[in-house]
Amino acid sequence: MSDKVKLIDDLKEIVKPYIQDQEAFDNISEATDFINDLKINSANLVDVVLDIEDKYDIEIDNDSMDKMLNVKASLEVIQEKLASK
Amino acid sequence: MTSKEIISSLPYEYPFLFVDEIVSIDENSVVGTYTYPSDLPFYQGHFKGNPITPGVILTETMAQIGLVCIGVLLIKNQQKSNADIQIAMTSNAIDYYIPVWPSEKVTVKSSKEYFRFNKLKCKVEMYNEKNQLVCRGTISGMVKS
Repeated sequence: MSDKVKLIDDLKEIVKPYIQDQEAFDNISEATDFINDLKINSANLVDVVLDIEDKYDIEIDNDSMDKMLNVKASLEVIQEKLASK
Repeated sequence: MTSKEIISSLPYEYPFLFVDEIVSIDENSVVGTYTYPSDLPFYQGHFKGNPITPGVILTETMAQIGLVCIGVLLIKNQQKSNADIQIAMTSNAIDYYIPVWPSEKVTVKSSKEYFRFNKLKCKVEMYNEKNQLVCRGTISGMVKS
């Protein structure tokens, strides 16, 4: 399993409690948008980011948080933070 | 900020302001009180001929004292501005133990779990004048100016 597939799998597990659209969740891909596709609200998006911090032991700043609106951008932020650890 | 300044910054008024006094407050915790006047309009209908303070009102009281007051303080300390606060409750999970009758005074105690990316989450408890636990739980909201 490539790193990216593993990351998407992990991310899927993290967003699971907060999603409101099961079909979009089942078909999750890099293009999936948290708010428009998964229908996660802004408060739960914060929980997603906090759960990502705990999972990878990284700290996500406000600028990175602002970018993390879809799977692709979130993977980039996670990989960048992991690389600079 | 003084207790009076915080209360006057709240975006509520009668009959939906449920904060009388802030006993103590800092960026991590708050204690405040409210006495429910027996002529509050909802007592007419909750329940017919048997006025009891609705659970949603207890929750709102916990949110105003326990979440919004800390939110106001956090925002003002962060920005040093007088911009009006914008607030929206986003989730709560409350357990209720005993009823609150008209004219009863309650004390709300709250402690912050986190404030990140404009989301404030607090653990909140309400007690009556006999110091009995009325309700408790967690409340979250988005807070910004």
